Amino acid sequence: MTPPAPIVSLRAVRRIYRMGEVVVEALRGVELSVDPADYVSIMGPSGCGKSTLLNVLGCLDRPTSGSYFLGGEDVSTMDDDALSSVRSRRLGFVFQSYNLIQQLSVVENIEVPLFYQGVEEAESRRRAEEMSRLVGLENRLHHRPYELSGGQQQRVAIARALINDPLMILADEPTGNLDSASGVEILKLFDRLREMGKTLVLVTHDPDVSGRSGRTIRLRDGQVESDVRHG
Amino acid sequence: MDKVAPSISARQTWHRLRRAFRLGLKSLRVHGLRSFLTALGIVFGVCSVIAMLAIGEGASFEAQEQIKNLGSENILVHSVKPPEDRKVSDAGSQSFVLQYGLTRIDLRRIEESIPGVLLTLPARVTKDYVWNISHRVDCDIVGTLARYPIVRNHRVAQGRFFTEREMDAKANVCVLSSEVVSSLFPLDSPLGRQVRIGSAYYQVVGVMEDRGSVAALEGPQDSNRGSLNRIFIPLETARERFGEVYMRERSGSMESERVELHEITVRARSTEQVRPVAEAIRGALAHGHKRKDYEMIVPLELLRRAERTKQIFSIVLGSIAAISLLVGGIGIMNIMLATVTERTREIGIRRALGARQRDIVTQFLVETVLLSGAGGIMGVMAGLAVPWMVTHFSGMRTIVVPWAPVLAFSISALVGIVFGIYPALRAARMDPVEALRHE
Repeated sequence: MTPPAPIVSLRAVRRIYRMGEVVVEALRGVELSVDPADYVSIMGPSGCGKSTLLNVLGCLDRPTSGSYFLGGEDVSTMDDDALSSVRSRRLGFVFQSYNLIQQLSVVENIEVPLFYQGVEEAESRRRAEEMSRLVGLENRLHHRPYELSGGQQQRVAIARALINDPLMILADEPTGNLDSASGVEILKLFDRLREMGKTLVLVTHDPDVSGRSGRTIRLRDGQVESDVRHG
Repeated sequence: MDKVAPSISARQTWHRLRRAFRLGLKSLRVHGLRSFLTALGIVFGVCSVIAMLAIGEGASFEAQEQIKNLGSENILVHSVKPPEDRKVSDAGSQSFVLQYGLTRIDLRRIEESIPGVLLTLPARVTKDYVWNISHRVDCDIVGTLARYPIVRNHRVAQGRFFTEREMDAKANVCVLSSEVVSSLFPLDSPLGRQVRIGSAYYQVVGVMEDRGSVAALEGPQDSNRGSLNRIFIPLETARERFGEVYMRERSGSMESERVELHEITVRARSTEQVRPVAEAIRGALAHGHKRKDYEMIVPLELLRRAERTKQIFSIVLGSIAAISLLVGGIGIMNIMLATVTERTREIGIRRALGARQRDIVTQFLVETVLLSGAGGIMGVMAGLAVPWMVTHFSGMRTIVVPWAPVLAFSISALVGIVFGIYPALRAARMDPVEALRHE
């Protein structure tokens, strides 16, 4: 029996920033693969390259060298338009500060990824409403983000991350701005997503958060220090 | 180019564009006042383009009408008091009779020696009061020939002009200009009635057509030019009644001047011959006059000059309008740059969620085009209202050429695109990671 093909496969990924004279090597040869339905948390001290890794995984940034296969496709050599397309079809993002668009309503925010896929309005509205039920916000469809609590806003963001049925959801400190009760709510939602077979990668400082995941990767100085499966 | 996504159909593009427009409207409404003020720059630009063109067109049309009314085949020669003699008369030599101007010899020379002359029309102008019982009007009394209406393209509105026979008989008949009628005969028709000039009565046989301000160009170019109040009598009658010496009181002393003919209108056989005939007249007159006591007006040349003036006018107005549109465009660009900075985070979010660079460009370009388009529409409305008001309140003629609003509006849309492209590109080229980090 062959194991399932990994969703993410990073080989010798390096990312070097040049800021004038200073050369910063944020990732120094990262090797990483993520299988379908993995629930991965990435931990590490600040400056270890977590954010850079997440940006590379999210196709917001390209590795300086090395290869990145996402769903069997080499995305490390794609141009900007192709990367945008990959983001809109294959990835979902959840940010620490929710990053909802303030002038749009809840349902419109959820629809944004579909807008850039060119999905018809009626279809996209239907799916957005479905997603809002999944995160329990079906009664808040026409509220503006600032009318919602932090936990609710983060649930909108999760609905938005789910709407394009992505290969993988990337979350950057998703509970970082929330009180513990809302944080737990969000983590419960992630547990449900895991049960639904979604692939999750999140960056966190919080051992409780990583404890709920199935696999913890520790980074240090731009390299994978440890990679432990648990739970 | 797009390896992952299947090609997007035209229908989807249309959908995207429509939604981009809705999104743009939404974003503009968030800062309603700011958007309005930004669009105002374009409003004034477009409005000034249309209004200036309309006023310019109207003015030049009026000028050309005036000149055409003088007759493009005509050449007008007026007697003018020479400048050096004005000084003498200012010194107050009472016994001195100033003699200047065109003479019957000039007339005969023009008629007989210059080929290409079709008709000539001499006229004498005397200033005096014209009375109808107690109504009094200060008039130019024009003694001329029966062919005046033909030569000067000035039609008789009521009644008739005086005839050759009346001319030969030195009859006391007159034709009034329409301006005089309302003052002398406010209530009834002047035809058949009598007016008094000095001690003599004249029977009114006709009224000339109203030609508006055309008459302003007809008089000689000095102080006694441009009275619209005119009354026409046969030349021979005028000579007999008023003589050739004209006396007037001036700052306490009497001043006399002797002028045989005040003006001669020469009609050339064709417009092509106007120029050579004008040259020949100039030559002929230079011969007989030591002083420059006459002046020549060639309507055809005026027309040409008016056309050139109109061109310059259009260029000047066009540049002013273009500058105001430019300023409006810069205003839009300025605001859009501020907007892009302000919405860096939003751009980052959209990029992360799959917006391509060109989606961002479209979004911001749509906003600027909406701004300038709305400004353009308001500007067109204002630009149509301004000439209407000018005409309504000042009576000036304005002509809105149909292409002017179209042109102005397209320029405004173009301004939106040109000045929107840079901010939009700047928005699109932001690094998504940086943009997401922006506070």
